[in-house]
Order: sequence, then structure tokens, then C-alpha cells
Amino acid sequence: MTVTRRAFLVKLGIGFNALVATMLAVPIVRYILSPIARERRPGYESWLSLGSVDHFPAGQTRFATYRNPIVNPWDGETATIACWVRNIDGETFQVFAINCAHLGCPVRWFPQSSLFMCPCHGGAYYADGSRASGPPERGLFEYPYKIEAGNLLIKAGEIPTPGDVAAIAAEKPACA
Amino acid sequence: MHSIGDWFDQRLQLATSVRATMTHPVPQQTASWFYVFGSAALTVFVLQIVTGILLAIVYVPSAGEAWNSLQILNHEISLGWFIRALHGWGSNFMLAIVLIHMVQVFLFGAYKFPRELTWIIGVLLLLMTLGMAFTGQVLRFDQDAYWGLGIGVSISSRIPVLGPWLVNLLLGGPIIAGATLSRFFALHVFVIPGLLIAFVVAHVLLVLTLGVNEWPMPGRVVRRATYLQEYHQLTREQGVPFVPAAVWKDIFFSGFILLSITACAAILGPFGPGGQPDPTIIQTAPRPDYFFLWLYAVLSLLPPSLETPALLIGPALVLLVLLGLPFVSGEGEKSWRRRPIAVLTILLVAVALGTFTHLSEYAPWSPAMDAWSSEPIPQQYLKGHTALERQGALVFQAKQCHNCHMLDSRGGQRGPALDVVAVRLTPDQLVRQVIQGGGNMPAYGKNLSPAETTALVAFLETLHPAKQAPARDASRVLALGAGHDGSPSIEP
Repeated sequence: MTVTRRAFLVKLGIGFNALVATMLAVPIVRYILSPIARERRPGYESWLSLGSVDHFPAGQTRFATYRNPIVNPWDGETATIACWVRNIDGETFQVFAINCAHLGCPVRWFPQSSLFMCPCHGGAYYADGSRASGPPERGLFEYPYKIEAGNLLIKAGEIPTPGDVAAIAAEKPACA
Repeated sequence: MHSIGDWFDQRLQLATSVRATMTHPVPQQTASWFYVFGSAALTVFVLQIVTGILLAIVYVPSAGEAWNSLQILNHEISLGWFIRALHGWGSNFMLAIVLIHMVQVFLFGAYKFPRELTWIIGVLLLLMTLGMAFTGQVLRFDQDAYWGLGIGVSISSRIPVLGPWLVNLLLGGPIIAGATLSRFFALHVFVIPGLLIAFVVAHVLLVLTLGVNEWPMPGRVVRRATYLQEYHQLTREQGVPFVPAAVWKDIFFSGFILLSITACAAILGPFGPGGQPDPTIIQTAPRPDYFFLWLYAVLSLLPPSLETPALLIGPALVLLVLLGLPFVSGEGEKSWRRRPIAVLTILLVAVALGTFTHLSEYAPWSPAMDAWSSEPIPQQYLKGHTALERQGALVFQAKQCHNCHMLDSRGGQRGPALDVVAVRLTPDQLVRQVIQGGGNMPAYGKNLSPAETTALVAFLETLHPAKQAPARDASRVLALGAGHDGSPSIEP
């Protein structure tokens, strides 16, 4: 088969454009994937203060909020995240994510019956965060915590989801 | 006037092909009211584009400002509420019409040879329409949108290996925030509409190229070898020009749909926005929009062990069935009168989706979060009872039993109603159930003192019909002697 000069030039031109397109695709794909490239190592999480330990009386579970460590100026109120702090005996704590381990709806604490209940699909958890009933496959997500200079610090910064391996390997409190 | 038209056509050279397209022959019987849904969907899509652009003039796609800009649209800009209502109702109508169109095409066998590709593009159009509905719900950036995103990423996170990365990609960062809304804005306003327009053009071109599906007749079987010849013979012999023989019905139906959307928008108003998208306001019960309610029911009713596989495999399976349909049954009978399984499938899907949607409207699986403080115990359940039993009623309220159990049709429906529980369970069984839980009930053992349990069970024991004795364990008297039969009126 003979290839005319012009047909060859057309093919060469297409090939040239494909090459340029591939070169362009690299920065475009990197731009799109920037949220998972995690250039800001060591990731999205960092130690955050929930305020003085005195705010969380022993034997009680209290509502707390923190400002997410990575924010944009236009995030508004969405950058303030809630969590539940359980002071077990004055020294040992548990800090639970607000998100139900089923599909992430906000769980509410009922001190009278010592249960967390989810308004979406009816998941329920005991005071220690373990699963009580309903569709969740596991207990509530827990943030690692530490106490420094009378302040309660937690390691947080990313929405916990049931598929996240890091969240499933629920880290035990370091200073028990 | 004519000369201006001629001036343009000399340059555009379009009049001949446009006229040919308009007057192309369609089978006479397809000039029917059953064939108007496709054009109606297109009309509503145009309405959505127009109202969408009008909303984009004011809407601010920023997590900090979106909710406020919707309030301004609703309350400050004249008729802003009406444009929002048109766009919201247009969305509902569009999904409904697309689904009806799909059912009609399926039942009339229009997906068979040679229209397989038209069907496949139609399936993609359905996905795009659902995508528009979900992303649109996100742009109405309220509490439901915020927690709906949480549900979306919780589902995505379960995809093996890729899940956690997909969460960050969808959210545009580590949490639901400004970057998330910007992404969904780009999807809702540029990406999906662009694809929709491209697919709609291809869909309509295919309909024009291959001709409108003829009215299915029982016994008129589709064969690849002869179909095209038979179809052309049909349109030659019994064909009528599309304009005006068929198109007037399309025009009237589209007008009727537009009028219905306008009426709904004017009378019923816009959707939301609900509460502010503030994740620290947790006194909320997020609900999806109407067309995703069935999914809400499925997610609540699936057993935990089945949920992840069902969520990951289910959609892929449905898509595979829809895309594979024209290849599996590309020939054969078109008429629904000769396709009982097709009719039964539609009925089954409709009944299933309808049931799930209906269930979701009162969500029996969710605890009534404030029933313990807002629904008092009915008077007739307290009258003439002992102090212990009334104390038990107090425990029932204080320990939030009412959130999951109904009394006199008030309260939650997560667990069974307890109006006649004493007939079903003996006192021992009641104690066991309260303390150990089970059957989807949490165990209250650690959380009830022995006195509270005794009082609660004494109260529950009174819950039986007036003329029917409570259940009792017949072996108890034998084992423990008389006086231990577990009846509520034991005298020491």
C-alpha cells in the first residue's frame, strides 16, 4: 500500500497533536487529583485543642466543636466540626466523631438512656461508642487524644467514613 | 419577509434538509399520545437550562454564602422564589417524564433492532438526569445537602481500595466544605449539562435517522434480516408527515407539562432551603429529595452484612441489565401483549420503588428523637394503676423508650408498639429483653437500676387488653411454688 505524502502528513499531524495532548493531560490530571495527592504531608490530620479538660466533667459525655485544621476562607460554618467527648473517670477519655459509622449522619447523645442515636437510619450506640443496634457495622469512630497543659487535644482533620482503613483501625487512647 | 428568509437560506443552505426532516414520514399510528414523552422531556430540559441560568445570575457557589444567596433569592429579589420553584419542580417533572418515557419505550419494544444505540444513550441520559438531581440537591446547600454529601461519601468510601481516595476526590479535600460545593457546582452547571446536551443531540439524531418506532402489533416480529425493509414499506404505505400529523400532540403535551410545572411552582413554591449547613447543629433529621427516598429506605432496611455488597454490586448490576437489554432481546415480539415478563418486571419495579418511597415518607426505622419529651403517656394507660406502675411509666419516658416504641399510635416505630406487650411477653421475658436487649434493641442492663427495671416491667405488665390476661409462664408455679406465677398482683 502506498501512502501519499499528504495522507502521511495528516497522520503525522494527528500524532503530533496526540503527543501534545498527552503532555497537557499530565498537569490536568494532577490538578484534578490534588485533593488526594496529599502534598501537605503528613496528611490532613493534626492535633487540635478542644479546650480545657475542666469543660468535660468526669462521668459525662459532652458536645464539643473544633475548627478544622485545613480550611479555605470561604468555607464558612462548614469548617467547624462537632464531636462527643466522654470523660470516663476524670483521666481516661473517649472522643467520638459526630458521624454515624453507618452513613455519616450526626448522632445525638441521650444521657438518660446512655445511648447515641442516629436520626437517619436508626443506628444506636452505647456510651462507650460500641454498636448497640441498627444498620451500623461497627462502633462510633474515635479520635486519638492526649492531654497537654490541662487541655484536651485530639488528632482530627478528615471526615471519618466507614471505608477508611485508618478510621477502622480505631486507635486506642495513648495515655490510658 | 420572504426575501429576508431567502437571503439567509442562500447562505445557510438549511431549508431543504430542515423541511425534509420536518415532513419525514412516520407510521400513522405513532401519531399517538403515547409518543409524546420524549419531546416533553426535551422541553423540560430547555426550561431547566433557562431557569438554571437565571438562578446562576444570583447564586453564590461558596460554602459560606450559598445558603444566604438562596435566602436572598427567596425573599429579596422579586420573583426569585418563583424561578427557584420552577427549577425545583422542573427537576421533579423531568425525572418523572424521563422514567415514563423509559417505561413506554421498554413496553413498546422500541429498544430492539435497529434502535439499540438509541436505548443505550437513553440509559446514559437517565444517569445524567439522576446526576443532575443529586448535584442540584447539593447546590441547595442546607442541612439535608450537607449530610446528604456525608452519606454519598460514606457509600463511596466502601469501594474496595479506591474508596478513601474517592472520598477526598469527591469532597475536594478532607471535609465537606467550600471545595466540595465548588466541585458540585462545576458538575451541575458545566460537566453534566454539557454531556446531557451532547447525548440529547445524539439521541434525537438517532430517532430521526432510524425513524420513530412503529406501533407494536402482536405477531409482528422483529428480525434483523427483514426489519428495515418492513419498516420502510410501512412508512411508505401508511406513513404520515411528522409535521403536522404527529407533532401537534407533542406540542400540546409539552405545553400542558410546562403549565403544570408553572402551576406547581406558583402554588406550592420553591423547595427549601432547609436549615443552615452548619455541622454543629445536630438537631436535624436529614432526608433525601423525593426521587431518592426509595434509596433511603433500602439503606435502612438492608441487614448490615448485606449492605456493602448490595451498595457496590447493585448499581453495577442494574446498569449492566439496562445496557445489556437490547443485546439480549434485540429481536422478537415488540407488543407488550406478548411480553408478560416485561410487563411483570415493570409492575414489580414500580411496586417495589413505590413501597420504599411510601415507607420513607414516615421512616419507621428512625427513632422519633424527641418522643420521650414531647409525647406523654396516654392517660388511659395510667388511670387506676399502682404507684410502682406509674413509676415504671416515668422510667419508660425518661429512658427514651418512647423514641422507638409507640403507645396509642404515638412515638417511634423502630421497635414494636407496646400497647399489648404484656400479652406477648411474660414478666421474666420482659426483664430479659430490657436488660439484655436483642432483636435490634440495645441492652439497658448497665443503665437501669434494679428498682427502675422492676418498675418498668410492672408498667409494661399493665399493657394488655382489658378482657385479656397478660402472658405468664406456666412452669413458674411448678418450679417455684404457688405465689410465683409472675402475675402482677402478687401478695406477699
